[in-house]
Amino acid sequence: MINKIVSSVSEALADVHDGATILIGGFGPAGMPAELIDALIAQGAKDLTLVNNNAGNGETGLAALLKARRVRKILCSFPRQVDSYIFDGLYRAGQIELELVPQGNLAERIRAAGAGIGGFYTRTGYGTLLAEGKETRTIEGHGYVLEYPIRADYALIKAARGDRWGNLVYRKTARNFGPIMATAALCTVAQVNRIVELGELDPETIVTPGIYVKRIVHVPCAERGAGRAAA
Amino acid sequence: MQRLNRDQMAARVARDIPEGACVNLGIGLPTLVANHLPRSREILLHSENGVLGMGPAPAAGEEDYDLINASKDPVTLLPGGAFFHHADSFGMMRGGHLDICVLGAFQVSVKGDLANWHTGAPDAIPAVGGAMDLAIGAKQVFVMMEHLTKSGQSKIVERCTYPLTGMACVNRIYTDLAVLDVTLQGLRVREMIEGLSLEELTRLTGVALLREPSRAYA
Repeated sequence: MINKIVSSVSEALADVHDGATILIGGFGPAGMPAELIDALIAQGAKDLTLVNNNAGNGETGLAALLKARRVRKILCSFPRQVDSYIFDGLYRAGQIELELVPQGNLAERIRAAGAGIGGFYTRTGYGTLLAEGKETRTIEGHGYVLEYPIRADYALIKAARGDRWGNLVYRKTARNFGPIMATAALCTVAQVNRIVELGELDPETIVTPGIYVKRIVHVPCAERGAGRAAA
Repeated sequence: MQRLNRDQMAARVARDIPEGACVNLGIGLPTLVANHLPRSREILLHSENGVLGMGPAPAAGEEDYDLINASKDPVTLLPGGAFFHHADSFGMMRGGHLDICVLGAFQVSVKGDLANWHTGAPDAIPAVGGAMDLAIGAKQVFVMMEHLTKSGQSKIVERCTYPLTGMACVNRIYTDLAVLDVTLQGLRVREMIEGLSLEELTRLTGVALLREPSRAYA
């Protein structure tokens, strides 16, 4: 019997190694797997490379992981926010490496990794600082930049409901990076608000088929989005 | 001469967004445009975090923090609206499916180069978000900004001195003084606020401007 359900967030992350690359879902607080991040802090892996759209808010979630000095490098599109002072301080002190990636390149590089695409040309960033030193090509009269996939050891994501095969559905804009991150890691761990019986999820509306998910853990959250405290 | 305030600028941009358009409004000043879209037109608002058919802010107490916009503020969904993941959302931009995006700017050049993500200051923490994808992807890129910086320097320039977001990507510029089209011949003034002459606008802007048959702001 296939059963990807694990009993706790700590069990779900027990084998994360030092130096791992970890995709973390969420756009700001929406879709951020806060309990998995807390478990990662408790687990103690260090020297991590993180991929997220942002670089943490306040002192919880990603910001707490940064504050605990577990992160060597972060890839993100929008680190600077009104309450990103943990990241700001580490960055200014040269204690964290930043790879700033245009948001569409971030998404497409993750998607490429999950789909077995070795690289792609995009117009985004052509002629800008963020394309400096990268291979370019003129295609149909436009300048394009070569971008490579972002693969990871783990993806930590949050979904609304899931079953023991790892099928997932999401809630509203909390979907964001979840479905593509799920495809791009060796081990995808999903925290879900509700675990349902096989067959309960409408097969026409399953967003992430279970093939992409290794572990699923039940973390109940508030109905109208769990991220309000972190907003 | 009375400069437009932020809401008047937003209303002026909104007037040019046609029935049926799929539109992305950047964070900051462009977000105000949503408040001025004519109710008589059906316009689909796109948000980078995976929504098409975004509605206005919810009533107090009705906020759902799983339903937010690019500024991470709670929004609503119109009947017919849809959710999708990030690669799809940026595919809509990068694949040329959005009709219009409205972006703020630090500088725009006479060739339509856009600088809006980084001041280049050594201690600045850069953040780019979706700006570079919108700049190259939308069919039409509108920039909305104050004409002059706080110290009185023109934000419309011969060449951008700030790091670029995109090259030759801006189609039209809306400021508190004028509306200008970026053309192959140069910047063409479509409208000016009442009481402003082309000579004075050119002096303030510091680059050559082409005249279009005179029209005042309505």
